[in-house]
Amino acid sequence: MTGSRGAAASSREDQMTTDAYAASRETTEGRVFTVTGGDWDEVLGSADDPIADERIVVNMGPQHPSTHGVLRLILELEGETVTEARTVVGYLHTGIEKNLEFRNWTQGTTFVTRMDYLSPMFNEAAYCMAVEKLLGIEEQIPQRAKTIRILMMELNRISSHLVWLATTGMELGALSMMIYGFREREYILDIFELASGLRMNHAYIRPGGLAQDLPDEAVTKIREFLSWMPARLDSYEDLLSGSPIWQARTQGVAVLDVQGCLALGITGPVLRSAGLGWDLRKTMPYGGYETYDFEVQTSTDADVWGRYQVRLGEMRQSLRIIEQAMDRLEPGPVMVEDRKIAWPAQLALGADGLGNSLGHVAKIMGQSMESLIHHFKLVTEGFRVPPGQVYLPIESPRGELGVHAISDGGTRPYRVHYREPSFVNLQAIPALAEGGLLADVIAGGASLDPVMGGCDR
Amino acid sequence: MTDVPVSAEPEGAYLGAPSQYPPSSPSQRGIFGEQGSGDTSGFGGLVRRRPAVVGSERPYGGYFDEVVDALEAAFPGFADAIERVVVDRGELTLFIKAQRILDVCRVMRDDPALRFELCSSVSGVDYLGADPRRLHTVYHLTSMTYRRRIRLETAVTAEDPHQPSVTSVYPTADWQERETYDMFGIVYDGHPGMTRILMPDDWEGHPQRKDYPLGGVPVEYKGAEIPPPDRRRSYQ
Repeated sequence: MTGSRGAAASSREDQMTTDAYAASRETTEGRVFTVTGGDWDEVLGSADDPIADERIVVNMGPQHPSTHGVLRLILELEGETVTEARTVVGYLHTGIEKNLEFRNWTQGTTFVTRMDYLSPMFNEAAYCMAVEKLLGIEEQIPQRAKTIRILMMELNRISSHLVWLATTGMELGALSMMIYGFREREYILDIFELASGLRMNHAYIRPGGLAQDLPDEAVTKIREFLSWMPARLDSYEDLLSGSPIWQARTQGVAVLDVQGCLALGITGPVLRSAGLGWDLRKTMPYGGYETYDFEVQTSTDADVWGRYQVRLGEMRQSLRIIEQAMDRLEPGPVMVEDRKIAWPAQLALGADGLGNSLGHVAKIMGQSMESLIHHFKLVTEGFRVPPGQVYLPIESPRGELGVHAISDGGTRPYRVHYREPSFVNLQAIPALAEGGLLADVIAGGASLDPVMGGCDR
Repeated sequence: MTDVPVSAEPEGAYLGAPSQYPPSSPSQRGIFGEQGSGDTSGFGGLVRRRPAVVGSERPYGGYFDEVVDALEAAFPGFADAIERVVVDRGELTLFIKAQRILDVCRVMRDDPALRFELCSSVSGVDYLGADPRRLHTVYHLTSMTYRRRIRLETAVTAEDPHQPSVTSVYPTADWQERETYDMFGIVYDGHPGMTRILMPDDWEGHPQRKDYPLGGVPVEYKGAEIPPPDRRRSYQ
């Protein structure tokens, strides 16, 4: 009996050694093992235990649920302590900046809105304000368009911070926060859908103004949102802040002080959590923010807890700004007067949904040859932008989002570069992670709120 | 190819016509963006150029004079390192000799009258056809103390694309210089790890250069072949 069992075991052992599990190969870096779970014993139990010194290099990502997209971290571990961390990005590079050079200035919004997919309104607003600065028409943007831009940006800031709260909660063990965060975000995306027709990738903000006016349904929905959101924010704070697990996972974790932030170029909530109240909406106002009443949120903890507090506070301040913007909504045009720049066609709601304005089509096709020429030139060729370069930074949910736009006088961008806060902030990963525990890499990385679509562009 | 001869100015009055200018990039030649199609309209020969950047005269206005004065006082090699000062659209640009950029950045950060603590952005631009030193690096510095911004610009040739790295002064330039190397092929000497960052390690060429094609394959749709975006006939 025992003999037959022994034989079976030894034949299984033979199989094991030739199995694909725990396969190893020699590389210039040393021996590399491919373990898939449940086969660690094959590696550790062998005669020449490769990690006898307890140092091991682990690839976290690029396909890891807690790395926010396709971020790859190469971690050198000693036990559970991270001794070295290296970040690899570029898996989501889509060449948006290059593509922009082959489309006209208006078409650019369709591309840039896809960069940082959690804050599309900021991508669009920064791009459009840069184009307007190049054109020198900043003063001519109608007040209603400016107000709606701020309204949309602040709604977007809340939806972006909600996703941060949801995913970070999920990663640190507060699963219900994930459900709530995404539920509320979806409500904001519904508002965006009412205004632009799309949940994401709106291309709603255009050079010169907006693609179309804010419909009345959206106004009602925003009012409704304002009525219940403050209480929900309070309940989420109640849900998380008192939890000993949440406190233990965030307090004193991934500390980065002001000096470190400035050296590494970190801006946004991470910098403010270190105590420096640097918010471009206040310190270098743009787009009319100087006329709104709100406070810059700071913390002195400089850890994940501080960043959580700052983001919660910012959502409340955004609600304040939205309320003020709602009160300022006066009827009026949402596109610049200049007919050489303004998009000629307005969309209209018909029986079959949103589409071309029939009145406009009747005019250009039946009544006015000049209107047709005008429409054709602007839509196919686009407007010309005087040569020069501008840099336009705005405060996105993740920090300074800067657009460096250059025109050579043509109808297409000569070059557009995005200073993406996700890209710059991710440089802080080694500073946050090295010397800490493996579990805190997740908390620290999440506290930067990186969006790989924006990082890699 | 039916290029308009651009080396000699056309006879007669100054026309200001695009055909007088050499192209700033192949993608901006012709009015329809297409080449080799047998287009006999004549518009295929149109070329556009960036007008040359001219320096601004004092006073520059705003805080720009203070910044330039402070730099002049704090940086002994000012006259040697600064090629041009340009004020345009409310923004100050200093054109710096590429080899002096690190020295200028150090003064910019450390001098109490300047205090540009934050390097906001580093990006590259390829001025093919408009500038013999076609590869430009553009630095956007922010002074949080004085709430000021300034732009520094350097230029190198594609044949010798070397200039000092500013990572020792602004560590945040690390990834941004790597991106500029990746996209434009500008090599920043003294950078701790000058490797590609967005493109794969074994990628050939530098995609954001103007002589690098956009790429893409023709797509067949309902029997007709749609060329890739950079080969399509479109107004520009």
